[in-house]
Amino acid sequence: MNATDKLAGATKQKTAVFRALNVTKVYRMGEVQVHALRGVNVELYEHEFVVLLGASGSGKSTLLNILGGLDVPTSGSVFYLDHDLTASEPSELTNFRRDHVGFVFQFYNLIPSLTARENVELITEIARNPMDPMEALAMVHLQDRANHFPAQLSGGEQQRVAIARAIAKRPDVLLCDEPTGALDVKTGIVVLEAISRINAELGTTTAVITHNAAIAAMADRVISLSDGQIHEVRENSERIAASRLEW
Amino acid sequence: MRKLDRKLLRDLSQLKGQSIAIAMVIAAGIAVFVMSMCAYVSMKGGQQRFYRDFAFADIFAEAKRCPEPLLERIGQISGVATAEGRLVFDVLLIVSGMQEPGTAKLISLPESGDQKLNRLHITRGRMPESDRTGEVAVSEMFAEAHGIVPGDEVSTVINGRLQQLRIVGIALSPEFVIQIQGGGGLPDKKRYGIFWMSQRQMEAAFDMSGAFNSVTLKLAYGANPQQVMTHLDQLMEPYGSVGAYDRDENVSHQFVNDELLQLRTMATIAPAIFLSVAAFLLNIVVSRIIAQQREQIAALKAFGYSNFEVGMHYLDLVLLIAIGGMLLGTFFGIWMAANLTEMYQEFYKFPVLSLMIDRMSVLLALLLTTLVALLGTWHAVRKSITLPPAEAMRPEPPPTYRPTLIERFFPTELLPAALRMVIRNVQRKPVKSAASVLGISMAVAVLIVGSFSLDALQYLIDFQFRMAQRQDLSLGFVEPATSSVIYELSHLPGVLESETTRGVAARIRFQQRSKRVGIAGLIPNPQLFRLLDDQENVVQVPERGIMLNSALADILGAEVGDLVSVEVLEDERPKLDLEVTALVNEFGGLNAYMNKQELHEALQESQVATGAFLRVDQNLLDTVYQELKIRPGIANVTIKMTAIKSFMETIAENMLTMRSFNIFFAVVIAIGVVYNCARISLSEQSRDLATMRVMGFNNMEVSTILLGEIGLFTLVALPLGCLLGYLLAWAMVLGLATENYRIPLVVNNTTFAFACTIVLAATFVSGVIVQRRIRKLDLVSALKTRD
Repeated sequence: MNATDKLAGATKQKTAVFRALNVTKVYRMGEVQVHALRGVNVELYEHEFVVLLGASGSGKSTLLNILGGLDVPTSGSVFYLDHDLTASEPSELTNFRRDHVGFVFQFYNLIPSLTARENVELITEIARNPMDPMEALAMVHLQDRANHFPAQLSGGEQQRVAIARAIAKRPDVLLCDEPTGALDVKTGIVVLEAISRINAELGTTTAVITHNAAIAAMADRVISLSDGQIHEVRENSERIAASRLEW
Repeated sequence: MRKLDRKLLRDLSQLKGQSIAIAMVIAAGIAVFVMSMCAYVSMKGGQQRFYRDFAFADIFAEAKRCPEPLLERIGQISGVATAEGRLVFDVLLIVSGMQEPGTAKLISLPESGDQKLNRLHITRGRMPESDRTGEVAVSEMFAEAHGIVPGDEVSTVINGRLQQLRIVGIALSPEFVIQIQGGGGLPDKKRYGIFWMSQRQMEAAFDMSGAFNSVTLKLAYGANPQQVMTHLDQLMEPYGSVGAYDRDENVSHQFVNDELLQLRTMATIAPAIFLSVAAFLLNIVVSRIIAQQREQIAALKAFGYSNFEVGMHYLDLVLLIAIGGMLLGTFFGIWMAANLTEMYQEFYKFPVLSLMIDRMSVLLALLLTTLVALLGTWHAVRKSITLPPAEAMRPEPPPTYRPTLIERFFPTELLPAALRMVIRNVQRKPVKSAASVLGISMAVAVLIVGSFSLDALQYLIDFQFRMAQRQDLSLGFVEPATSSVIYELSHLPGVLESETTRGVAARIRFQQRSKRVGIAGLIPNPQLFRLLDDQENVVQVPERGIMLNSALADILGAEVGDLVSVEVLEDERPKLDLEVTALVNEFGGLNAYMNKQELHEALQESQVATGAFLRVDQNLLDTVYQELKIRPGIANVTIKMTAIKSFMETIAENMLTMRSFNIFFAVVIAIGVVYNCARISLSEQSRDLATMRVMGFNNMEVSTILLGEIGLFTLVALPLGCLLGYLLAWAMVLGLATENYRIPLVVNNTTFAFACTIVLAATFVSGVIVQRRIRKLDLVSALKTRD
């Protein structure tokens, strides 16, 4: 049984938010062609917490960027519900990100000239059905730091503001690219707790990219990539709380 | 090629847009500098050569009639090297194809041999010969205006007799490099010409045999001109001299010197503006490159490159841009100087006015550019070389922001977060922001300074020739005319209104200062020739006292209420102490006015006039012209409308040329500043902007943040630029005010609007160019790299 069949069989009854079919991505770097993705088939389901696990260069970030509408595949198709992202215009992709996707980045990417609260407001101002910015900050336990600028916050706090910013629009899917990559273990765990709480309380479909296998234990499903292909899809029978993770 | 140099060239090619923009700003400054310096040197050289080779006199004096032997005594005055007597008369001219009469200044040529002073340069034809009746040489400007060639004829009325003048030569004279009637009139090359005729024929025509009425002197080396003039006055006084004067009161010399002064002013102001903008642009660009290449600098230093080598590497980059701009500017400047010199040949008649490339100024330009480049980038480069490698290896700490001052007073919560970003970015770099605003304002100011002269000129003409002077014609008489002549003139068919004036030469003294000027006696409550104050109100001619124009009052240091002493330089030479009753606003010449009756009483004479102002029925103009042409006793006629028209035609094209240069330069500054600021902001904020794009902001929304800053700068810069432009215009008006002309400080709203529109358009264009880069932002990589 190959990985795709296994995937299909195990999750027949759930609604797929994302469907990637035979996705390949080839970058041209000067004279050299780099095959970042080589025929990937994957589905992400409603409310689930997925970890995309892989070493550097495995193609996990490329996959996340394509799912998030930041990049387009060289071949294959990607569906968000019944929208074909591969057939979308750049402006449609912008609207897709605006309305449905929350991003969390490795280096937080907060706007340094805006306070924590204002960073969240930046998004709530353009969202269709946003939550109150303070409510979003409260969800990551940062309501007391609302008026601090990024330079006045620790790395972990900055990443939590970034999470608050990502979820304030009530996205349908939360995409996190190495959210703990720049943090120490202790702070990393606090951040992961925040992500997991959002997933549990709001039911937002959540995909976390990491090269850190320890994090995989907190996911519903773990999709491992290597060399641009899905290597393994594993369902955790039991999710372990972030606070109990160790690495 | 060293690898470091190769890096330099590649860095430069990465920065080509910005480098070109900065090089253009430098080029503009250097171009104006080189242009004015070369034009200055060319004109100064042309002037000096002409004066020297054609023996331009140092001292001049006119009298009624001096006997021949007086000349010898004049020649014996200590300090006089050469003295030459001559006859000078104004006569009316009748030129075929021209309805209206013209005016000729007729000057005698000595019988024996060559002229000793103010020698003629014959460009075509030959010198007139004394035994051939009616032969004359004519000034080139007049000949060009009429297409006159040797062999053509004009008529003139001499002593009431119509006489044919046969033009045998076209001439230039150092005394008439520019051909303008004195007293602040407008140059009218069509209706005013200089004619030279043999002494013998002029003596016969004007009944002046054995006499002269004008003398010119060349001073010996080291002579004191003041002493010579005093002696000369003593000798000539009995013969009706109105006082000797030096070159500084020669209208042609004044105009050439005014032009030279203007070129010098231009050579100082323009480079100062452009090069300071360039220094600022170099500073922000180099600071940014150094910030971006922090890790590279660290690596270079870690591998053993010295501080000096690293520093020189960045200075080389700056110098390459600066010197590139300087070379471009030098070539452009020389080209502009060539054009300007060519344009000058229309106004200034030198035998040779060839473009001279001033090597010193090119060297100075190089020095100036290098200095500006070093000054502009020193701070940033120094920072880069003093950074220890270990520290440079680490990325720069994240920028710290604080709520802005404005936010403490103004509830910015109401503003969208994006706008708050803009405001905080601006306030975080106050110096850069202020300099950007100043840079854009400079563009506005350059446009205003370059364009306001047209407003000023229009106002000048409107004020002087429409509001104040409402006559159509001004006449000058050969001799003071009696009331019967005046009565006759005022009753010519077609003359609607007439007024007379009595002009005398006089020396006015106040405290230790004195000035030789003309005083015009005016009738009470004149309707044609009116005097206005600076508020455009009519100044009433008082029964007693004197009115000075403000320029004369400034020179004398006199104010209303002061008592000035007036020494009339004619007839019995009465001395009067007169109270200054009013100051009159005039933009040309140094003039004083009195009640005509008071002047008659002082001179103990009857109601005579030296000139008249006429208002004429426009349908009967030709009739009036015909009458005037044949009337003896009229020395000159000035036709106001044609003079204005001819003047405007002459300068309109030049003004247009200068204006287009100014527009080009202002656009260079505006684009240079805006494009560079926007590129720097884009570079500094690319990560923020990419993040926003990822989070769903569209191109337009992200551009708003980037261009919001520039928009804000421009918004502040426009009014500031208008103010700066007005101040600069004011400085220029003050700096260029001369005894001949003052430029009124008038800047029309349309000029402000024009300047703002051009700068807005330039801002918009540069905004669009930078905005297009936002589309190309690499969203994925911007997220990966830590800035």
